[in-house]
This record gives sequence, C-alpha cells and structure tokens, in this order.
Amino acid sequence: MSAPDTRSEPWGRLSALTPARIGLGRAGSGLGTHETLRFALAHAQARDAVHAALDEDRLAAELGTLGLDSLRVASRAAGRASYLLRPDLGRSLDAASRTAVEARVKAGCDIALVIADGLSASAVTAQTEAFLASFLPLSKQHGWSLSPAVIVSQGRVAIGDEIGALLGARLTLLLIGERPGLSSPDSLGLYITHAPRPGRNDGERNCVSNIHGAGLSPAEAAARAAWLIEASLSRGLSGVALKDESASSTSPRLAAP
Amino acid sequence: MVYRHIIGSRSYVFEDLRDLMAKATPLRSGDQLAGLAAASAEESVAARMALADLPLKTFLDEALIPYEADEVTRLIMDSHDAAAFAPIASLTVGGFRDWLLSDEATSATLTRIAPGITPEMAAAVSKIMRLQDLIAVARKCRVVTRFRNTIGLPGTMAVRLQPNHPADDQRGIAASLIDGLSYGCGDAVIGINPVSDNLGVLTDLLKLIDEVIQRYAIPTQGCVLTHVTSSIELIGRGAPVDLVFQSVAGTEAANRSFGIDLAVLREGHEAGLSQKRGTIGQNLMYFETGQGSALSAEAHHGVDQQTLEARAYAVCRAFDPLLVNTVVGFIGPEYLYDGKQITRAGLEDHFCGKLMGLPLGCDVCYTNHAEADQDDMDGLLTLLAAAGVTYIMGVPGADDVMLNYQSTSFHDQLYIRDLLGLKRAPEFERWLQEQGLTGTDGRLLSQAGAPRLVSSLAELVA
Repeated sequence: MSAPDTRSEPWGRLSALTPARIGLGRAGSGLGTHETLRFALAHAQARDAVHAALDEDRLAAELGTLGLDSLRVASRAAGRASYLLRPDLGRSLDAASRTAVEARVKAGCDIALVIADGLSASAVTAQTEAFLASFLPLSKQHGWSLSPAVIVSQGRVAIGDEIGALLGARLTLLLIGERPGLSSPDSLGLYITHAPRPGRNDGERNCVSNIHGAGLSPAEAAARAAWLIEASLSRGLSGVALKDESASSTSPRLAAP
Repeated sequence: MVYRHIIGSRSYVFEDLRDLMAKATPLRSGDQLAGLAAASAEESVAARMALADLPLKTFLDEALIPYEADEVTRLIMDSHDAAAFAPIASLTVGGFRDWLLSDEATSATLTRIAPGITPEMAAAVSKIMRLQDLIAVARKCRVVTRFRNTIGLPGTMAVRLQPNHPADDQRGIAASLIDGLSYGCGDAVIGINPVSDNLGVLTDLLKLIDEVIQRYAIPTQGCVLTHVTSSIELIGRGAPVDLVFQSVAGTEAANRSFGIDLAVLREGHEAGLSQKRGTIGQNLMYFETGQGSALSAEAHHGVDQQTLEARAYAVCRAFDPLLVNTVVGFIGPEYLYDGKQITRAGLEDHFCGKLMGLPLGCDVCYTNHAEADQDDMDGLLTLLAAAGVTYIMGVPGADDVMLNYQSTSFHDQLYIRDLLGLKRAPEFERWLQEQGLTGTDGRLLSQAGAPRLVSSLAELVA
C-alpha cells in the first residue's frame, strides 16, 4: 500500500499556475497509484489523437463563414501508417492535388494560406477558426492578398513550400496540428516561410507554436504572425535571421522580490 | 573502395565505407527511410563481420563525407590527435572492441586516447557491440566538467531541471522550478525551452533563473535554450547568460539547416566566455543532438544516422561543453520506431560521446506517435544509469507541457538514485542539505511541512 505524500500548500496554489504535473506527492520515491493511472490515461488519449482524421467538411464550412474559399488536397502519404514512417511523402502533393492547386493559380498573391492536419487533426479543428478570426482583420489592415485556404490531409510543414511556389505566393503561412502532448492533444503550430519553394529548410522558417487553451491564445498568435509576416515581407527573408521583436509579450511578471 | 564478406556461398559487396557502416548498423527506421539499411538480417551481420576486420586507421584515410565538401569532416581530420591515437593505431575495429572490454582499457587510458578517437571509429565499434558492451565500456569513461559545480564525478548523476511552460509564463515556470528543486533536481542546469524567440521574453526568463540562483546561492547554472545567435544578441544586451545553448548535427549542411556553422558556434562560445560567470570552471556550452536530424534536414550524404550522430559529437568536442545530451526519442518513429530502437540508440549515443571524451547525458524520452511507453523509459533510464550517464532530464510528472513529449520525471531520478546509490554534484548536494531538503544520505527528508526554502520561493509567485 502506498502512502502518497499529499503536499497541500503551497502546492495547490502553485499547481494553479501551470498545466505541468507539479505537486504530485510521492509513494516512496515513486509516483502514487492515482497519478500513475492518470498518466496512463492521458497517454492513451494522446495515442488515439494521433490516429484521428480531420473533419474537412466542418473546417471548410468554418472557413466559408469567415469568407474564405477553400481547396482540399492530399500529400503522397496514403494513410496514417505511411505518414508516420515516411515524412518525405507528407512533404509533397499527390499528382491530382498538384493539378488541382495549379488550376487555382491566378496572378500570384502575398500569402499562401495552408492548413494541414499534421499530427493532430483535433488541434486544427479546435484552433483554426479562432486564429483566423483574429488574423484576417490584421491581414486586411496590412492590405495583404490571400490565396484560397488549402486544406491538406496527411501533410507535413514542408508541403507549404510546394503549395506556396505553385500559387506564386510571396510567403507561405502554414497552420498545422503539432504532435499531441499528454496535456495538450490540440496544440496548433504556424510556420512562415518567405519565397516558398521546394527545398527550403527549417532554418528558413519562423514558427509560432503551442497555440491552444493553456498555451498561446489564438489572438496572441495572430498578432505575432502578423508582426512576423510584415517583417518578413518588408525585409525579404524569414528564418533565423528574422528575430521576433514584437512587443506582444503577455507573460505575467513575477512579484517584486 | 569496395568491401566484401563471404558467408557460405554468398558474397556480400559493400560499395564503399559509408555503405558498409550503414548496413552494419542494427536495424532502425531512419536508415530504412533513407534507403541505407541492409536488405536482410544476414547482410547486416556480414557487414558487421567485414567492419570488424577493418583497421581503425582506415577512417583517417577514407572520409565518409568528402573533406572538401564538409567543414565537420575538416574539423574531424584537422583536429585528430595522432599521439593519443598511437596506442590503438594498429587495431582493427573488432580488436578495438576486445581491447575496450579488457582490463587494459582503464579509465585513465580511455581519457588519454579520447582525442585520438574520431566519431567514425566510435560509431564503427559501437555497431559491433551489444548493449552490455556499450554499458560496460561507457561506465569506465570519466568526463568531469565545471561551471558552478562539478559534474561527472564517479558515483554521481546530475539532473537538468526543465520547468517549461506552453506560454513562457514566468509564474508557471517558477512553480515547476520550485517543485523540481524540492525533489533535489537542477544540478546539471536549470534549463528552460522557451516557446518564444522574442528577445524580450528570453531576457525575462534569463533574469528569472538568475534571480533564483543568486538569491538562494544555488551552486548551479541557468540556461534558456534558444538559438546561439539569439544568445549572442542577449549577451550583447547585458542579459544574464550562463550557458550558451545550441542544437547541433553531424554535417555542415544539417548545421546550416539549423542556421549555424562552426564560426557562429565559436562566436557564441567566445561571447559566453567573455561573461566570466562560471565560479569554479568555464565549461559553458550546452549542446543537444539526436539521431535522425541530418536526414530530417535532407543533409545526410548517404551516411547512416548513428554515424552522423557521433559526428555531431566532434562538433561539440571543439567547444569544451559543460553538457551534451542526445534527445534520443524526440524526433519520432520515422527515425527510431519503437522502444527497442530508442533503447539501443540511447546507449550507442552515450557510449560514443563518452568514448570521445564528452559529458554525455540523455533525454530519455518518446513522443506520442512512437511505439513506446513508460516501461521503455524505465528500461532505458536504468540501463543508462548503470552505464554512468552524466545527467538526465527532470520534467514534472514526465510530461513536458511545452515540447509535447514524455521525458524522465523528478520521481524517476529519485528512483534511480535509490536503486544505484547515485549522488548529485557535490556542491549541489551540500546545498540541498543546508536547505533542509535532504539528509546526510542525500535522500529527501519527509515533506510533512513545506521546507523553509520552498515557502520562501513560493512567495516569489504569490
């Protein structure tokens, strides 16, 4: 029988400050039964989230209410198993999708908007509408032209390079489901890549991650994205050479010592 | 040059040294993804047999990635210490394994030959070693580093306190930090992975760690794990940077995909040294690595991922790091498919790093899309601790709420200390006792009431 050390204050108060698993107490040097099983359940749920499919109908309808036209495409990864073991397939469009994107090319645009399921379709479902509701007015203020929203199934980050290049975009803004964590199975990430074309590497992108309930709010993420896009378009680059110096830090300060 | 090995009536041909090394590597998904893996189990063993007969010297004559094309190869070749290599210069890869296992290879001898061992030699011998060999030899290697405490002494294992928060919230980070200290974690470093690249946010996080360390005179160091160019910028702005962090890989092209090269690492190292913030030593670089990063960046040159990982250690070695760790299960199942592959990779990386003279720790970890669970982590943690791993991570409840993966927890490090009698860095161990957190045996005292330190720290976030 374990004798968990149920640490009361200050742990109750501290636990309210973070989603991290703190103040758990211990059974000997180990974790008590309740926490051990709570962890196992969270892992099981995250495993299930990895394998869930994106509800594209619902997403397209939400985009429609925001006034965005959408286009559905697929990567060359035929299914989840292939997606997990062959990231190269998830980085490029299948032939029919390539044709479909090409058919939508007009005179180019400032931003290719790409939305990919990534490793968490539930993140895309949960965060995309709220993010765009904040981002689209900012985009309009800057006078940026947007492509139709390209919804990608079994997509990885680099697929935005191919799509952006096909659409003749100055920059790709890609929203993607991040790999599910135990405490955040629905975390969205966004990637900004200037002058997208196949072969771009990760050092040439800017990323805003952890967009979810306990992380960065969609509105805050939209503000950072707009700042980065403005800086990227005006300086003609993205990636490590472009530091985020937006003033939009929301991190609450510590009490003065 | 072509290599051959005959088994029965079958002749196996390996087109060059890269091909031989790749096919000799115990099976893993990343090499299959790259199209480099052996086609059959027998071919893999044939490659290992051919590799065992290869003179170690071969690796000085035949570069896996051309000297002209890659600055990491140039670093390896140009910094090779022929005098240190001399005692093992006549050995084959197989003979080297036997010698490493022998009593002749003492801790002192292994330290002396380390500068003579290239990453390719370390990788080659690891490919013909079983887990028990990787453990037994690594355990004999001694690597001690210092900044504000002493890391790597025999019978010790350090822990990085990793108090990440999904929005870089300072109070949330402080809460995890307090929890971790109360479990006796943090002697390797108090290291935050920030979500943001924002220089203002990074400065605030550095000040938070620095304030806690200074106020409570904790004999440890802090780090915000951001890009080396950001750390250089932060130092320029007067932010309190103890350790300079960077992820590194084993090829010039992969490093370029990280936005770095050797010159910028040198600049980061010099910027860190200029701060003179270490009290008992000046090892201040903190590097992270992991098998698969070069392939992920499409910068692998047809070399297997384990050999490339060892080449990353050559990059680390050039900058006298305080800490190096392989984030072994972080990258995902396309590189290391399951618990078995993660376990072997963790022990290979630890062995290669230690053999090359580096303070190697391991982020014993997995992601939710890999075929692994806590049982696999318990196994790898126990094996690595037996092998003398320099440090591991301490994450609240094993769940990193920012990076979205599972690592080792505050509880896990207590388990392994109890099991194997492992102590912390001595300065930190003494500090914990002075704070009333641990007894003279290093074990946590009962926490019926919150210790004075914890109550005091908790006021910080009141």
